[in-house]
Amino acid sequence: MAERTQKQKPVPARTDETVTEAPATAPQGEKLKAELDDLLDEIDEVLETNAEDFVKSYVQKGGE
Amino acid sequence: MAIAKVCGIETEYGIQVRGAESNPVAASSVLINAYVSGVLRKVGWDFEDEQPGNDARGFRYEDVLSPEVETQLVNAVLTNGARYYVDHAHPEISTPECVDALDVVRWDRAAEEIVRVSMDAARRLLNDGSEIVTYKNNSDGKGNSYGCHENYLVDRATPFGRIVSQITPHFVTRQVFCGAGKVGTEFPGVTSQSVPFQISQRADFFEEEVGLETTLKRPIVNTRDEPHCDPQKYRRLHVIVGDANMAEVSTYLKVGTTAIVLAMIEDDALGTDLTLANPVAAIRHVSHDPSLARTVLLREGKRVTAIELQWAILERAQKYERSHGLEAVGERVGADILSRWETVLTGLESDRDSVAGWVDWVAKHRLVQAYADRHDLEPSDARLKALDLQYHDLRADRCLARRVGLETLVSDEDVRSAMTEPPTTTRAYFRGRCLQKWPHDIVAANWDSMVFDIGRDPLRRVPMMEPLRGTADHVAALIDECETAAELLTRLGS
Repeated sequence: MAERTQKQKPVPARTDETVTEAPATAPQGEKLKAELDDLLDEIDEVLETNAEDFVKSYVQKGGE
Repeated sequence: MAIAKVCGIETEYGIQVRGAESNPVAASSVLINAYVSGVLRKVGWDFEDEQPGNDARGFRYEDVLSPEVETQLVNAVLTNGARYYVDHAHPEISTPECVDALDVVRWDRAAEEIVRVSMDAARRLLNDGSEIVTYKNNSDGKGNSYGCHENYLVDRATPFGRIVSQITPHFVTRQVFCGAGKVGTEFPGVTSQSVPFQISQRADFFEEEVGLETTLKRPIVNTRDEPHCDPQKYRRLHVIVGDANMAEVSTYLKVGTTAIVLAMIEDDALGTDLTLANPVAAIRHVSHDPSLARTVLLREGKRVTAIELQWAILERAQKYERSHGLEAVGERVGADILSRWETVLTGLESDRDSVAGWVDWVAKHRLVQAYADRHDLEPSDARLKALDLQYHDLRADRCLARRVGLETLVSDEDVRSAMTEPPTTTRAYFRGRCLQKWPHDIVAANWDSMVFDIGRDPLRRVPMMEPLRGTADHVAALIDECETAAELLTRLGS
């Protein structure tokens, strides 16, 4: 395959991080994980209360 | 040169009734009626020109295939040029015809909002504490799948066999950036222990390389030949292989890259050396491997990863842009698609999290993994499957996709206006504006015609056989100037 010219075009959501973060001490992975942890705290509040019943009752007819 | 890749997307939504006994067909009808009666006067769909049994390979199939569209069910045409109807046991919205991938994203998001408004309207209508809930996904996790189909205008002069053989590698591997992700597998004989998470919702359901069916023995390339426009000049490639996406960028890339690849095929600029040895096995093989490390076999004997195959297609697309330009897919949108295509492949290879705001399966996978880690769950735990389903829940306060930081391409304001306004750059403009201005004079509408009843016999059918005629440039002034539908018909000379 031909050589790739990989333009650096970061995904917008990450632009701020690269400015504020000291890469040597705060690996980006940890920050992302922290964000995800915050999200998981909230998610428990919106999740269906009985996952098993919910999953079992979600039955669809095939379509198309 | 490749013709304009007029395109659109049709989504069947999963539907569930909470707090009451109801069948999905009735619930779908209630949902749509609640919207239509609350928001619009219903204009019926005209089935005269629907020929879902026509096969692009040149024969008809109607004796074998039952009609796909149940005409007795709810079926409405909206002022944004879309169609809102019950298909089998699902509510479905087809976007209006669009000129590029960005417009498809806008009207697909508008369709989501219409379904959301419909849920609220249905709750008020039912008024018994029950609730109709919809999901923008493609499978119930129990082996039942429903579709999200794309449509692209292609030149009738392009040999259909060339389209089939050359688009297939893209259809098998594009899922790396537009798969919606799925917890577990529904493929017979494969356990969810061995595939706890996969890239695509739909890959488990494809059994053929090419064919007419959509509900069983699903083919990677669907051959339905129902152009809904001048059949001498055009085909409509009906694509059934994709997932419904929550991430706008996933939809954008799915439609944008496919439109470019189809333009390349029309201009014979893609080549045949990317042909897969076994596409049906490969689509599942790729989907079942979120590590993206597995290889698939090319017919010429080489093994490549899905990402490598995508790099090869992208490099040819970049070359195509330089040699032919991207007018067929919209120059500006086309260039942006190429740039994001490169970014997404780079991200998938080197920094997966960097594309979590673009790619549904990556966003969902992170969420599922983090949740499993936090609660120390087995891969088979029902809570993970529930997370998967709820990612696609269209209720704003329940939808998990809304909470994972997905990038948006279209403003809320543009989505809102697209719920009632048609695109200005295709024939959907004529359809939508006429429905806005003269709803009582239109007895039926279809993709390629409108039927007016202006009180004199016979009914007057206005054919719309050219997808790029009837745009705002062509007819906005005319529609503005006409007081009545009768005047419009006189001035159209029909």
